[in-house]
Amino acid sequence: MQLSTEMFKPLQYKVVQEDLVRPSTTYWQDAWRRLKKNPLAMASLALIIFIILLAVFGPMLSPYSYAEQDFARKNQGPSTAHWFGTDGLGRDLFTRVLHGARISLSIGFMASLVTLFGVLYGGISGFAGGWLDNVMMRFVDIMYSIPFLLWVILMMVYLKEILPENAGLISMYIALGLVYWLPMARIVRGQILSLKEQEFVLAAHTIGAPKTRILLRHLIPNCIGPVIVTATLTIPEAIFTEAFLSFIGLGVSAPRASWGTLASDALVSLKSYPHLLFFPAAAICITLLAFNFLGDGLRDALDPKMRK
Amino acid sequence: MLNYIIRRILYALMALLVVVTVTFLFMHIIPGGPFQREKALPEAIKANIEARYKLDQPLHVQYYDYLSHLAKGDLGPSYKYRGRTVNEIIAERFPVSAQLGGMVVALALMLGVPAGILAALKQNKTLDYVVMFFTTIGIAMPSFVIGTVLMYFLAYRWGLLPSAMWGTPQQVIMPTIALAGLPTAYIARLTRSSMLDVLSQDYMKTALAKGLPQLRMLLVHGIKNAIIPVVTYLGPLLAQILTGSFIVENIFAVPGLGKHYVTSIYNRDYTVILGVTIFYCVLLILANLLVDLAYPLIDPRIKLGGRKELV
Repeated sequence: MQLSTEMFKPLQYKVVQEDLVRPSTTYWQDAWRRLKKNPLAMASLALIIFIILLAVFGPMLSPYSYAEQDFARKNQGPSTAHWFGTDGLGRDLFTRVLHGARISLSIGFMASLVTLFGVLYGGISGFAGGWLDNVMMRFVDIMYSIPFLLWVILMMVYLKEILPENAGLISMYIALGLVYWLPMARIVRGQILSLKEQEFVLAAHTIGAPKTRILLRHLIPNCIGPVIVTATLTIPEAIFTEAFLSFIGLGVSAPRASWGTLASDALVSLKSYPHLLFFPAAAICITLLAFNFLGDGLRDALDPKMRK
Repeated sequence: MLNYIIRRILYALMALLVVVTVTFLFMHIIPGGPFQREKALPEAIKANIEARYKLDQPLHVQYYDYLSHLAKGDLGPSYKYRGRTVNEIIAERFPVSAQLGGMVVALALMLGVPAGILAALKQNKTLDYVVMFFTTIGIAMPSFVIGTVLMYFLAYRWGLLPSAMWGTPQQVIMPTIALAGLPTAYIARLTRSSMLDVLSQDYMKTALAKGLPQLRMLLVHGIKNAIIPVVTYLGPLLAQILTGSFIVENIFAVPGLGKHYVTSIYNRDYTVILGVTIFYCVLLILANLLVDLAYPLIDPRIKLGGRKELV
């Protein structure tokens, strides 16, 4: 029998596929959907964006500079000319609070950036296991055995001596940077320990993927939820630490002002000019609250398992 | 068990050694040194002072010297206050801080635990929201904000309480509240979430099913289990009170060790910074060790040394 192509024709596939009830969502879409349902977190997010915009553009729009002194107008209460009033040297408090926002926020973001090192550290430690894991984690344990604030204070005392006079901000970055990766390292290690036993890692091993690739492309991306949450929650903690240090006199040096310095300076004239304390203190509290709410919201959205 | 305790103590000692070494190095490689004045001292006097405090010797000799004194509990002399030792300063100042800290722990526990339990029992009701609202504020408000706000209203505006110093009961109130804000809020939240956890456990249903009186059920099965996580928080709590005292004691001019620590930072009184840091570390490491060791006594489900055994 002759076979000719005419005898064959392609089978008409009737695509029998159940219609998906919903379009599939990616991890991020899913998280965003959950986050949007959390009004507190969304309000905080909006507030944080607003504060960031104010910190970036506010000082440019303000007619005063943060260091400009005018003794003719010192210690004024809030008015239309000076929204937050003026301090004992006649400097516009609103401008100074905005400037403080720059410093406080930059310290917060810097600290959360440093936690990326913790991701790598924890990742390597958890993935390697054995003696390396042991050594790396004992080091973290030792650092943990005294409060971070004490480490930071010690380092600030030291850095303030070796760095030039106006390097308060840089020494703050260094001191915070040296400790804030620690919690992240612990969290990521814990995640990696459970992840590395899973099948997809085994599969990657079997097809001969190099270890670095497994760690960087398979394991760490799977920790992204807790990583983002921890990085976000590091921001308020660093802002708090900065305020704390500035308050005890280890912060940025005059005429620059962070929120902590402003609050600390206001203490001497608290009895007569409470507004000097009120505005920076309110700025600190609102920012800390917003970041904490956002962090909690992100935790619920990105990592439903962590929810209580 | 014994193995675990020994290992735990060894780690604690190791941590301490690292802390001592790091602090020592920091304080001794600072250029200028503690006797740097605005007007340079004559060479002879400087040499004399350095010889007196053994600063002229090589670093490792100083380190060895410091360690061997430390082993005997001697933290050395203060650079700033002539004739006074760090031990004397701690002995004089620490009781005040300990008093304040004790009050704070008591307040935080007496307020935080009941608040957390009530909030859990009334979950998603008004009371719960009220508690959560205040605890959120307590966590977001740094102690210096609470302290200064209290000072402004209670002392300046209304004149109810003295604004500073230490000794009379009235002077104790404001520093205690300022310092207790954060721990109270934290304990309340911790208790609430662990109480919620306990309430959803099967043994609570069993207790309910066998007709146990509500109060007995809550006290014996509920709170007793819910309180366990609070015990683990006691170590960090101590750390928080210690660091918080730096600020609060300064605001209210409480003559405690925290205030002196900050003063010695201003004064560059390195031996005091070094000594007090070590003192704090010993305290914290000991507290954490005690909590860790006491934990299985409180919660028999926990086996020492191996969390893996907990399924």
